[in-house]
Amino acid sequence: MKSLKFLIPLVLFGVLALFLGAGLKLDPREVPSPLIGKPAPPFKLARLDDPAATISREDLLGKVWILNVWASWCVACREEHPTLVEFARRKQVPIYGLNYKDVRADGLAWLGRLGNPYDASLFDADGRLGIDFGVYGVPETFVIDRQGVVRFKHIGPLTPEVLRDRIEPLLVSLQA
Amino acid sequence: MRIANVFACRAALLLCAAFLFGLGGARAGEAPQLAADPALEARVMELTSELRCLVCQNQTIADSHADLAIDLRNQVREMLRRGDSREQVLEYMTARYGDFVLYRPPLKQSTMLLWFGPALLLVGGLAVLVVVLRRRLRMPAESFEPDEDLPAVASIHDGSTARNP
Repeated sequence: MKSLKFLIPLVLFGVLALFLGAGLKLDPREVPSPLIGKPAPPFKLARLDDPAATISREDLLGKVWILNVWASWCVACREEHPTLVEFARRKQVPIYGLNYKDVRADGLAWLGRLGNPYDASLFDADGRLGIDFGVYGVPETFVIDRQGVVRFKHIGPLTPEVLRDRIEPLLVSLQA
Repeated sequence: MRIANVFACRAALLLCAAFLFGLGGARAGEAPQLAADPALEARVMELTSELRCLVCQNQTIADSHADLAIDLRNQVREMLRRGDSREQVLEYMTARYGDFVLYRPPLKQSTMLLWFGPALLLVGGLAVLVVVLRRRLRMPAESFEPDEDLPAVASIHDGSTARNP
């Protein structure tokens, strides 16, 4: 037993290295949302393309849907956009946009130029619904189930990997 | 002549006083325009300086110039103005952004290590120190390297019979 004493520093170093290694893989920007597993906040907002028409949380109950927070001023949204357009083409799930702190004309022009993957976009000019959804880094994406409960949140641009590995399997189980 | 001087002095003092009071009055009148409600503003600053800005995570919402921080400051101001308590504001924030927004994390099972970890490390370190020191205390003098500065130790080198325990 005593002969193994010299191994103690090595073991301690190994443990420390494991912890630091795991720490490197964590993304400090990914703050776990307290909203997961809770009902989505209530809302009733005008559509981006039609100020007279509104969409509310109740309108979307009964179907699984995706909420994608975007803005025309958001550089990372532009990066994500082709992925989202491609995903929308498959029509697996209705995608609603939350046009966050934008100017209506700018948002519409952006969609006109780059393509519109959304079934509809909600227009959140003052960012109030964004706060209710705990949005802090646009783009953000939420998966909401038939009961209106938030099941998944992704912060930052969607990638084909996130869609394939996280969102699509979840959609399959929710829509089953 | 002296009396005249005294009067002149008094008049000057009065003028000074009037001037100062006048200024003071003017200042008090201006204040409300600068900040609608300084007491409310102080509470907003006090509360938001305990909340983390999620956009620039090492800044408080009070310090940050990020758009979201400005929105959240306005939100806190609005809530306090309509009479919400400090707890209600903190609850509003944590319901949306989680405990992460609190610079002072709540004491829960998941934060036990965070709260007591440093104390555990300190106690553990002290325990190791005590054990090592006590073990050394029981060791004979021969098991230590001789300290060359001490004459008593030097005598050991000399081979004399005087030994220092």
